[in-house]
Amino acid sequence: MDSNQKEKSFLSEVAQASGETIQACYQCQKCSAGCPVAYAMDILPNQILRHIQFDHRERVLSSKTIWICASCYACSVRCPNNIDIAKIMDTLRAMAIESGLKLGEKDIPIFHSVFLDTIKSKGRIHELSLIVQFKSKTRDFFKDAALGLKMYRKGKIKLFPSKFGGGREMKEIFNAFEKGERK
Amino acid sequence: MKELSYYPGCSLHGTAREYDDSIRGVLNVLDIQLHELEDWTCCGASSAHCTNEDLAIDLAARNLAIAEKSDRELLVPCVACYSRFKAAESELKEHSKKLRFSYRGNVPIRYALDFFCAEPILEEVKKKLTKPLAGLKVVCYYGCLTVRPPKLTGIRQYENPQHMDRLMECIGAEPIQWSYKTDCCGASLVMTRTDIVRKLGERLLSMAKEAEADCVVTGCPMCQANLDTRQEEIEKESGQKYDLPILYFTELMGLALGHKDVKKWLGRHITDPIKVLAAKGLV
Repeated sequence: MDSNQKEKSFLSEVAQASGETIQACYQCQKCSAGCPVAYAMDILPNQILRHIQFDHRERVLSSKTIWICASCYACSVRCPNNIDIAKIMDTLRAMAIESGLKLGEKDIPIFHSVFLDTIKSKGRIHELSLIVQFKSKTRDFFKDAALGLKMYRKGKIKLFPSKFGGGREMKEIFNAFEKGERK
Repeated sequence: MKELSYYPGCSLHGTAREYDDSIRGVLNVLDIQLHELEDWTCCGASSAHCTNEDLAIDLAARNLAIAEKSDRELLVPCVACYSRFKAAESELKEHSKKLRFSYRGNVPIRYALDFFCAEPILEEVKKKLTKPLAGLKVVCYYGCLTVRPPKLTGIRQYENPQHMDRLMECIGAEPIQWSYKTDCCGASLVMTRTDIVRKLGERLLSMAKEAEADCVVTGCPMCQANLDTRQEEIEKESGQKYDLPILYFTELMGLALGHKDVKKWLGRHITDPIKVLAAKGLV
């Protein structure tokens, strides 16, 4: 591989974006052994690192794993080579959205996007608005309806979002990313 | 009178209202005054850092810039918000990343649990104790972000933390050692992969039960909500009856300090805590 190709490799791209030394992974599998959600993943965390080392871009970016990771950081604190695996997962999720590939999980990326839309329009997360928006996208209106009612009766559901004065500033933050001034 | 800046975060205005009320109640007893940040906005939470790192930093930094208009310490009760603020602070300080907002990193960011576990506060609490929680067996559930990553939290015993246990001892409760102190509850997956949250929740509840705890204590609105609101579903699925109240540490502090609103706070829980506490003669 010449140096030009090397610069464009998936490995160097992930390493650069995350700031982590992925090459240092020697497959001890401690990350996967302690991962509470490994059972629900299609590729184990240690295997994700191996795939990155082998430049398997599509395999990694279209995996379920990167969305199932709950960012609990158990892997990151236990890695004998100090690789912040949870941080790499953040990097991979952003790259997956950017890539236009079919994403490994359907609802999780939708949830994140609805969540950020809610922050942009309301400044704060108003839980009820978030849930209504999310359900309108996933068309799953009845799940949790009974629980929602119970929570409402306990005074846990706020009906209206609070007013705040930072609206213009919030739009500016998001606009900078949408216009590409910030990435 | 000591004064603090306060960033409640979105949950404390909704599902975690009793956490907000009990923090304000306990600080009132301790003669500490809170100044809620004006026009605070969401910290960005999981959704920002999961999809756009720089956006996550901007959203957190906006609030830190507001906090820095005063020199008061910033009290943050939600550990997820706290984690985002510490990450933004570290980007600024250690990686000298250029931020959109002018934030110099001069305001100490204090997670509520760490704040209350500091020695001078514990001394003050001991002096004002009116009803020590004798006979109440608790397991301290720290969750992930209270301890991890330690480079942000500064917690040395991140595999087996003890500070909440010490706080519980200080108010007369009996903290039981268990192995699931820092295991994940599944956090925001509750909306999208509820099955995962139920599975992790079942493991936590069954271990708490095996440790013979009367209740689980936490300082994280996500952990509280997941274990409390999903408990009935978990019971149906597993055929086990847990009936374990999931309490904020500040609610138990309020109880031990004799705060008049404790029953109001406890009344907001889905898994009823009154029954257990009444059986111990505490409410």
